[in-house]
Amino acid sequence: MLVFSFLVKRLFQSFLVLLSVAFIAFALFKFVGDPISNMVGQDTTLAEREKLAERLGLNDPFPVQFFNFIKGAAVGDFGLSYRHKVPVSQLIAERAPATLELAIISALLSVFVGIPMGVYTAIRRKGLLSRSFMTVSLVGISLPTFLIGILFIFLFGVILRWLPTFGRGEVVQIGFWTTGLLTWSGIKSLILPSVTLALFQMTLIMRLVRTEMLEVLTTDYIKFARARGLKENAVNFGHALKNTLIPVITIIGLQLGLVMAFAIITETVFQWPGMGMLFIQAIEEVDVPVMAAYLMMISLVFVAINLAVDILYAFVDPRLTIDGGSKHG
Amino acid sequence: MTIMKKMLTTVAAMSMVLGAGLAEANTLRFAFQGDAQSLDPHGLNETFTLGFLSNVYEGLTLLDDNLKLQPGLATSWEVTSPTTIVFKLREGVKFHNGNSFNADDVIFSWKRTLSEGSDQKVRGGMVADIKKIDDLTVEVHTKGPQPLMPSEWAWIYMMDKEWAEEHGAVNAANVKEETANGYSLNHSNGTGPFEVVSRQPDVKTVFKRSENHWNTNVATNVTEVIFTPVKQAATRTAALISGELDMVYPIPVQDWSRLDSEEGVSALRGAEARTIFLGMDQMRDELLYSNIKGKNPLKDIRVRKALAHALNLEVIKKKIMRGASTPSGLMIAPQVNGHNQALNTPYAYDPELSKKLLAEAGYPDGFEITIDCPNNRYVNDEKICQAAAAMMAKVGIDMKVLAQPKAKYFAKVLAQNNYDTSMYLLGWTPGSMDVHNVLEGLLSCQDKENNVGLYNLGNYCNARVDELTKLIQVETDAVKRQAYVDEAMQIAKDEVAYLPIHQQPLSWGISDKITVNQRADNAFDFRYVVFK
Repeated sequence: MLVFSFLVKRLFQSFLVLLSVAFIAFALFKFVGDPISNMVGQDTTLAEREKLAERLGLNDPFPVQFFNFIKGAAVGDFGLSYRHKVPVSQLIAERAPATLELAIISALLSVFVGIPMGVYTAIRRKGLLSRSFMTVSLVGISLPTFLIGILFIFLFGVILRWLPTFGRGEVVQIGFWTTGLLTWSGIKSLILPSVTLALFQMTLIMRLVRTEMLEVLTTDYIKFARARGLKENAVNFGHALKNTLIPVITIIGLQLGLVMAFAIITETVFQWPGMGMLFIQAIEEVDVPVMAAYLMMISLVFVAINLAVDILYAFVDPRLTIDGGSKHG
Repeated sequence: MTIMKKMLTTVAAMSMVLGAGLAEANTLRFAFQGDAQSLDPHGLNETFTLGFLSNVYEGLTLLDDNLKLQPGLATSWEVTSPTTIVFKLREGVKFHNGNSFNADDVIFSWKRTLSEGSDQKVRGGMVADIKKIDDLTVEVHTKGPQPLMPSEWAWIYMMDKEWAEEHGAVNAANVKEETANGYSLNHSNGTGPFEVVSRQPDVKTVFKRSENHWNTNVATNVTEVIFTPVKQAATRTAALISGELDMVYPIPVQDWSRLDSEEGVSALRGAEARTIFLGMDQMRDELLYSNIKGKNPLKDIRVRKALAHALNLEVIKKKIMRGASTPSGLMIAPQVNGHNQALNTPYAYDPELSKKLLAEAGYPDGFEITIDCPNNRYVNDEKICQAAAAMMAKVGIDMKVLAQPKAKYFAKVLAQNNYDTSMYLLGWTPGSMDVHNVLEGLLSCQDKENNVGLYNLGNYCNARVDELTKLIQVETDAVKRQAYVDEAMQIAKDEVAYLPIHQQPLSWGISDKITVNQRADNAFDFRYVVFK
């Protein structure tokens, strides 16, 4: 019963968060520019422009516009894109596979490269390889994604000419999903963007694992494990790494949403036809329905992840439901 | 035996066909910074979209590589009365689906330009009625004399009536209605030399050479075209250098030297027909963005002259445009019909004169003013404003630059926001390539009712210029017309209606594998693309 009321409370809070995101986003749209002058040519008469604004409901007072938006959004209807003149949900569905593929591959890359690197640098702190990992990670964490992408393009696309500089290559359509993973050109096209996108998360995970490992390695039970004569690998991976992973997993979960948000920049640099690209173009063209839908979707992802984490905590640590839940409620 | 022979000859024939096909297969891959808004021929009246579609759709008239008017789907036209033009249609023209082009398609296309979702209502609205004389003759009745109608209609693309009816595309696609009428957004059926094979908006559009194009003299040997929008300039340039693309535009001016130093690519930097200029608020009694209160210094011709003589166009050309712009004394480019080189001398750079004029006008210490400027619309737009501000500072005018992305800039300065600006930088290419468009849009007094002076943001207003503009619109005698044009341009110049800066350069990057025609309106016409 307590768990149930906790859930209801959290769901209600999530809903409030979404509503306020919608409100803030919507209030900001009028500062983005004038959609009409992006929808018509220079010769179009003022009367025609005025008519178009009227038809789009742009002349309605803000509360009316906002209410209409929420009414549609509640049932997943974000209207027609001003620019493409097709339903926004259709546009997003078309673009989602590209972004999701990129984000998932990047997340996998950052986990499966980041964790071993973190472990290695913790164990062989003074090694040459460790030091170079640390230096590279400094680059990864401090250079903006945009610049890294451009550097990659320059190095691997222009100088070495190993990999394509933009786009998604050939894609295969499987039902509603398009994938680049089944063609050679698609895979080649995926390499640079996914590494670019993964680099920041990778370094973050590596540094986190390293710090946690260093801490765990000095604890008593590791010393005892060593004293018991266990093999080095068993100590490092079986005992030490296992105990560092709890915070790491939390961070990875939270970062997944960020990977999607970060994808905007990577997608722009590599002309990756995903949702981020769609969003950037929407901003440029003042395509309000697309902007609104994208922002709502991203906030929904964040809210959903946080909700899931909260719920998991509630199950893992029941104290939260009883004390924390009521206090924070 | 005979069977064997037959098979062998078939195989031989097939391999010949294939061989020929392979030898001829030339795929052109190109990128622009954005995508065409849609494939709907009447959806948006904007250069890139219309230029893109000019490869697929055609009008009654066409613009050639030098922007000169040529017969298109009409072989000839004749003005039979001041308001009547008779067009003879070309025989044997087929749409990509095989349907024949005829008078019904002309009437249908015209009516479609007047439908709710169309952005070609102004051009369509020049015409009051079209009568079908026979299958290949139409009589166009214009609303008043419209001698420019044939050249304006180079941008009115002809659609197939049957095709549109079959696919529910009778009206131009409309943003507020259900997508039942969206077929024309991603499908096309024109008469042009290329047809669209597939299209994903913002991702990729594939064209192939049409088999049955009426014009067998088209220069191109391209068989397939793959277009991908690439938003980031650095990415575009890289893709060209790495050989993934054969043509990209626009290229940032600062990348020219890089392209020149690379093997196999070059930067084309011909003159664009777009004139960049500064405009001044001459309508308000007090400027919105200035420290001078109670009066508007820009209403004083001495002040406007002072501004004109403070600008050093040569420095802008050299330092900001890398020598590739054409300083201008007129509001139109040399490619535009009506241009007179004799009037094209820019105001002389003379800061001393500026100071003197300012002192005479009562501003010996200058004044403050803010200039609105886009930062992603024209070539180095923001830098031009900054340079102008530095030049103004030398004569004592404290000019602040408010540079914003085009979406915000246009939302601020245009008519729908009541021209919220004191000074601004704008660029203009007349779509018709005729001076009348500039006279009516930029130099005539604002008249919202009649859609005149819509882009005369500072409302420069002279009754004689207005009168001349109306005369120019209907005058058919070339010599008389040019006299009117010269008179109007001279008045505007004497009164410093605007401060023309230059015609900006086009900036295309192309692979050495191909030759192209760089048209001055920045349209990329596949008809002239030839693989060497």
